[in-house]
Order: sequence, then C-alpha cells, then structure tokens
Amino acid sequence: MLAQAGTSGNEDRDLVPLVLLQDITKSFPGVVANDRVSWELRSGEVHAMLGENGAGKTTLMNVLYGLYRPESGRILIRGKPAVISSPRDAIALGIGMVHQHFKLVLAHTVAENVALGLKGTPFWAPARSVERRILALAAQYGLSVDPRAQVWELSAGEQQRVEILKALVRGAEILILDEPTSVLTPQEAQELFKVLSRMKAEGHGVVFISHKLSEVMECADQITVMRRGRVVGTVRAGETSKVELARMMVGRDVVFQLAKGACSSGEEALRVDQLWVRSDRGIPAVRGVSLRVCRGEILGIAGVAGNGQRELVEALAGLRRADRGRVEMTGRDVTNASARAVANASAAHVPEERLRMGVVPGMSVEDNLILKRHHRSPFSRGPLLHLGRIRKVASAAIEEYGIVAPGPRTPVKLLSGGNIQKLILARELSGEPALILASHPTYGLDVGATEQVRRFLLHRRDRGGGVLLVSEDLEEILTLADRIAVLFRGEIMGTVSAAEADLEEIGMWMAGERRRAPQA
Amino acid sequence: MTRLGPLVVERRLAPSRAAVIGVSVLAVVLALLVAALIFWGYGVNPWQAYATIARGTLGSRHGLMEILRRAIPLLLCGVGLALAFRARFWNIGAEGQLLAGAVAASGVALFSRLPAPWLLPAMFGAGFLAGALWGIIPALLQARFAVNEVISTLMMNYIMIYIVEWLIHGPWKGGTMRGFAYTDFFPSAAQLPLLPGTRVHWPTLVLGLALAGVVALVLTRTRLGYEVRVVGESTGAARYAGINSLQVMVWVMLVSGGLAALAGVGEMAGIHYRLRSPTHISMGYGYTAIIVAWLARGNPLAVILTSFLFGLIFAAGDTVRVVLRMPFQFVSVLNGLILFFLIGSEMLMQWRVRIATKEERWTGKAGSSAS
Repeated sequence: MLAQAGTSGNEDRDLVPLVLLQDITKSFPGVVANDRVSWELRSGEVHAMLGENGAGKTTLMNVLYGLYRPESGRILIRGKPAVISSPRDAIALGIGMVHQHFKLVLAHTVAENVALGLKGTPFWAPARSVERRILALAAQYGLSVDPRAQVWELSAGEQQRVEILKALVRGAEILILDEPTSVLTPQEAQELFKVLSRMKAEGHGVVFISHKLSEVMECADQITVMRRGRVVGTVRAGETSKVELARMMVGRDVVFQLAKGACSSGEEALRVDQLWVRSDRGIPAVRGVSLRVCRGEILGIAGVAGNGQRELVEALAGLRRADRGRVEMTGRDVTNASARAVANASAAHVPEERLRMGVVPGMSVEDNLILKRHHRSPFSRGPLLHLGRIRKVASAAIEEYGIVAPGPRTPVKLLSGGNIQKLILARELSGEPALILASHPTYGLDVGATEQVRRFLLHRRDRGGGVLLVSEDLEEILTLADRIAVLFRGEIMGTVSAAEADLEEIGMWMAGERRRAPQA
Repeated sequence: MTRLGPLVVERRLAPSRAAVIGVSVLAVVLALLVAALIFWGYGVNPWQAYATIARGTLGSRHGLMEILRRAIPLLLCGVGLALAFRARFWNIGAEGQLLAGAVAASGVALFSRLPAPWLLPAMFGAGFLAGALWGIIPALLQARFAVNEVISTLMMNYIMIYIVEWLIHGPWKGGTMRGFAYTDFFPSAAQLPLLPGTRVHWPTLVLGLALAGVVALVLTRTRLGYEVRVVGESTGAARYAGINSLQVMVWVMLVSGGLAALAGVGEMAGIHYRLRSPTHISMGYGYTAIIVAWLARGNPLAVILTSFLFGLIFAAGDTVRVVLRMPFQFVSVLNGLILFFLIGSEMLMQWRVRIATKEERWTGKAGSSAS
C-alpha cells in the first residue's frame, strides 16, 4: 500500500509515518491486551498514549520495542515492513525506550552506564570515549548531567535523563517514554517537557505513555486514547479538552445500577478526621483527609496513582504512622494502632501489593488462608496450631470462593493472579468484617476474575460491611461505589454520591481543578 | 526463557522434591569427582582411596562409631542453623555459639561446687543460656540498627575464640597442667557416659536426635513455627499480618545459638573434660554445620541425615591421614568443594534446562512467553 515510500526526499518525511502499526493483536492468558490496534507516529511530534492501567498502551509499546511479539499485525518503520523480535532489533531501527523503572547500574558512573553494551566502544576505557558524545547531546537537548557522577548519587529526574541519553547515543529517532512523570517532581516534569519539545524540533518522534490528563494536554501534539486493548480514537491536543479525553478514557457505557439506602447514624464503620501521613520520602502525602464510611456502603476513592492513596490505606491498616489526626473503626479509636490491633477491630485489608504483602508466595494455600488469624481460635490452641481445622476451613474456602488450585497444600506462587486475589478475599472476608480496605482489588486481573472480585465486595456490602475502595479504574469506582471521593495531592477534592456523579467534574477533580466547593 | 544453542533454559516455579534431592546428590558427587583429582595429584589412585576410606569408616565398628562422634556436634549446630535459615537469618556464628557453650559448661564444672547429680544438667542449662545470649546479640543489632547478621555473627566467632584463649592462658589456666594452656580436668561427675570402647557420648546424641524432632514439630505445628516461616518467606507479608518480626528473630536466635552451645557442652563433657584451645574443641564444626543445614534445605529432620554424611567426611579425615598419609585438611577441602557445588547447583533448582523443540529452533526464539 505505501508504494510511494520507495522514492526519497524531503517530501517523504511528511508522507511516510515514522512508525505505522497495523492491526496489532497481542493476548495473554485470559486477556486480549491489544485487539487489532492500528496506530501511527510521525516525526517531529510528541504522541501521547492515554488510558487507564491495563488499557494496553504499555503492551503496544513493548511490541514496538521488541519485548513482545504480536500474534498478528504488521509493523512498518519509515514505510518499510520490519520484524522486531528483540530490543536489539528495535535499537538497530532507531527505537529507544525509557522504562518506568530505570535499568541502570547504580554503582557505575553515568558514562559507564551509557557505554554498557554500546557497539563500537573501545575495549580499554570505554566510558571515556562516550563522555564527549554525552556532553554534546546533553548540550543539544538540555539534558544536563555529569558523565562522571555515580548513578546512585543522582535524583530520579537525573537518572531519567541518563536513560534518555542512553537512547540518544544509540541513535534513537523514535523515543518511547513509559509513564515518565510518575517518578518526577512537578519541576522535574517541566524540565522533561522542555527536553521533549527540543527533541521534537530536531525531528524525533516521541511516544509519551501516561494516564494523567493534564500533562498529556500540556506536552503532546497527538493523543491516542486506549481502553480495554482497543484504540478509542486519536485526537489533536489543540482540538480536544480534558472532559472529552476523560470520557474517552472511561467510556460512556457506565452503568449506575446499584440501589442503595442512606446509612443511618451510629452505624459508622470508619471515621477519619484530619489525617496527616508522610510518604517514605518524608513528604506529607496525606494532607488533612477526613472521611467516613458507613456499614453497607462502598466509598470509592478515585484519583491518579501517587496522590496519597497508598499512604492513606497503609495508615488506616496500621502499617504506617500518621502524624496527626484520628481514626475510628466501628466507634473504636485505632489511630496508629498496630496491624494486628486493626485486624482485631474487625477491619479487613486487601492490599495493593498482592504478592509482596497479601500472600506468602512460598507457603501453601491453607497456610495463606490463616495469615492474620493464625494466632486466634479456632486455628491456634495455646502455642499449637490446629492443623485439622485449618485444613477443613481451607477446603471450604477453596470451594466457596472458587479458588482454582490443585489442593490446599499447593504453594500460592503456582496460582494465577486472579486465584491469588480470590484467596486474599476469601481470607479477608471470612470473619464478616465491619470494614474492608480494598486497594486496587482488580488491578491486573482478567475479566472473569475481575467480575468475581467485584461481586464478593458487593456481597459483603449487602451484608452490612463498609468498604473503602481505592482504585485508579474510574469505571470500577462508578460501578461499585455508593459515594465517590477524589484524592489529589493528598487532599480530598470533593465527594459526590454515585447517583449524581458527573464524570466531567470527577475528571476535573482528578486533574486537581475544583469547580465547586468540596463537601465533607 | 532463553535459548542457548540447542538448549532452552526456563524457570521452574517450584522445584519438586525429586529435583531438590537429585540436585543435592549431584553436587556431592561432583565434589567427590573433583576431590578424586586431589588424590591423583598426591599419587594415590582415587578409586583405591575411596575404597580405603569406605573400609576405614563404614567398614568397621570403630569407623562407624567415629562417624557418630563427629556427627553429634554437627547435628546440634545444624538443627539450630536450619531453624535460623528458615527465618532467613544467616547465622554464620554457630562456631562462636558452640564455644560459648563450652566456656559456660567449663565454668560450671570447675567452679560451681554443685552436688554431683546436678552438675551435668547445670552444665547443659548454663551452656544453652550462654549460646542463646551469644545468638541474640546479632539478632538485636540487626533489628535495631540493621547490622548485617552475616558480618556480626561471623565477627562474634572471633570474639569468643579470643575469650577462650584468654581464659586458658590467664584466669582459668589449670594448676595441674604444668604450664600448658588448659584448664584443670573436670570432676568425674561432670563427665558424660560413653558407649563402651568408643568416644561416643550418647546422651548428647540422644539429645540432638530428640531436639531435631522437636524443632521440626515447632516449625510445622506451632504458632511460633508458622510465624518463623512467614517472616522467612516474606517480610512484607509478615508486616501486613501484624507479626512482630523482632520477637520472632529473638526466639529463633535464642534456640539457634542455644543448640550450637549444647554441642559445645557435649564436646566438653564427653570428649575433652577441660577447656582447651578453640581449634581443638571444635575443628570448625560450627562452619561445617552451615553446609549441613544448607544441604538439608532447612529441614531439621533432614539435618539428621546430612550431619551423618559430614560426620563420615570428618571420620574419613582420620583414615586419609593415617592410612593414606595425606593431611587431615583434606576434610576442609572436601567440605569446601561440596559447598561450592551446592551453591553452584542452586541455579538448577530455579531453572530447568531442556532440549529445544523443532519449532523453537525454527523461530530462533523460545516459545511465546507470557508475562
């Protein structure tokens, strides 16, 4: 079809896209991550890939970078069909990628990292030979960094510059940045945007993967929105609005089908007053949050990741100290109580990090089903475990929650993500908790497991449990929650009941803009 | 998943029991093959050497009893280390903990003036406490100041070695020893009974076998054992579940240090009957026990087997020295080789190597990976 690509000349630069993806399909067991996706990138543009987690934007770019092979579809680079079966092929075609988690050797210098694996470096002192190129490129694009500095000394923003330099030294004309601002301060993000506009001016094509509306509007020329593995549409940044983008991201077919009664006073499952919590870096991440969750109600916390959700949930679950404020669960003061005390106050916790926190991967299904409760009757009698009863409870839970496992003695690490999450829910919901703290409960799960997990949470709500649901998936929050609060930079921007939720307004709150005064 | 020529290397999720045993046996066999080269270098036919060793150890009552005698301290130290390794606390300090037990036992035997029937129980009790104390210190340092336990436990070995040296050259030097660096002999009430005609102090052996069973039961059937396994497998999950890791670690090191110290008490009351130079008391039992526990993969019952294997290697050292006229250090070389291959083969437990299928060879890549 692109027969005219045979000729050369300046004309071609405008006619032939740098990258053309045609009908790319890539599936993983249980999910189609990319469903016949077609997409193009032109030189001299910053092209944003927008979508929620799991929408398929990173998968698509991993296909382009040779990390995944698509089941079907074609890739054309500068008009020529290309087979990219490894990052090495991608680099040879002038494609560079900066991953969300940097791939740098911390104990080496900047120049050594850039020289690592670079073709054409001399055997002796390879780092010295690239220093000059680093300095030249750094000056050209405004990527100031000392080539002799050790990487561990650098801030996240500087490390990102090293990654970009690595790609540029390898001759990358196409640069893919996966959620580049997730690790940056706002000032560092501004610096990055300046670098991107210089690269654009030099004729590079830049792909910018993000789920943040405001920064996409700020730095992109073209915006492609993906949802559930498909491209919803591609729009010019100048011809769209945050509202339109939010609608494209979430989809119009949001159903508000849950009937709910107002909760009567005295049935509070959770009350938080003016809570302040610091992040690992010591910066206030939760700034004066007040909220309440009634029994029989789901309060959804929406917001872009990194706006204090993790710190809020950890402080409530007894895993992080709060600086100020007060937390009450079913009327009991549990401010800065231990994790065990919170569990004993009838609160369950479905953690964000399933494998690192929610389960012990090397231990069996039955051992994992008693975690947190192992010290209590009926699983313990004095210092001894009651193995018979543990086996019986485990078998019942496997049955009731439909956990697919060869048996109760199987190590949990052999189960699929969906079954691990079902196991966590089976354990957490078993004591009929008054309050459930659920963080990203369906993140990364396939459609079937997602639906089951949601049904378990709704079931518990119908039986009088209060649920604090933290999710980045706005559609999930709109489907499940009775009330919705939006967290931005550690503050509640506003709270609405789901029945009168206005997507436009929620989108603005998520972007940090307030139109009407927040309600408590 | 990676392809190397005609082979495909892929990750195993959970090594099967057969794979664990197979890989462990393979490591020991490879070590014996390399050790054969050493015999050959000494001008000894390796196969004759192994035959001689087999006759000298497994082939006579005396040899079998020597295996038992050597296995006793390895068993006690190994069970304690297996427990520590299950909690992912890398206790390299069994040697020092063993010596702590020896010092405490000697102190009680020489200076307590307890009535005769109480003397031995008091020695074991005091020894256990001394070893437990020596073990808890690194646990506290790690929990409170994040001091790497490998370094602290290793360094505390040297502290204890010099404490022993100081005692036998200084305050505890025996008046009846004509200026040599020993304490006086223990009274006979502080000496353990032996199997007739051997140096096997059987009460310590029985104690070791019983404690291996007890620790195995603690790990599988008690709250504490459950918490030890959770802390060892995942610190994140332990925190999430509200398990007090510090408390668990203190318990683990109390038992781990205490068990190593019981081995020291046994060596004192069963073999030496006096405190003497650390190299004579232990011959590196505390270090060898690391290999014993590692080979047993942290299973206290498997430690019974592996401690006898390494008891055999120690006993073989005597045969090597006397019959083959080679240095006793052959034991250390063989131990080192086994540990080397054991750690080297660890990769085979995590990864499986197989021949690539035709399709994989054609596409030039291993099958579609899903992650």
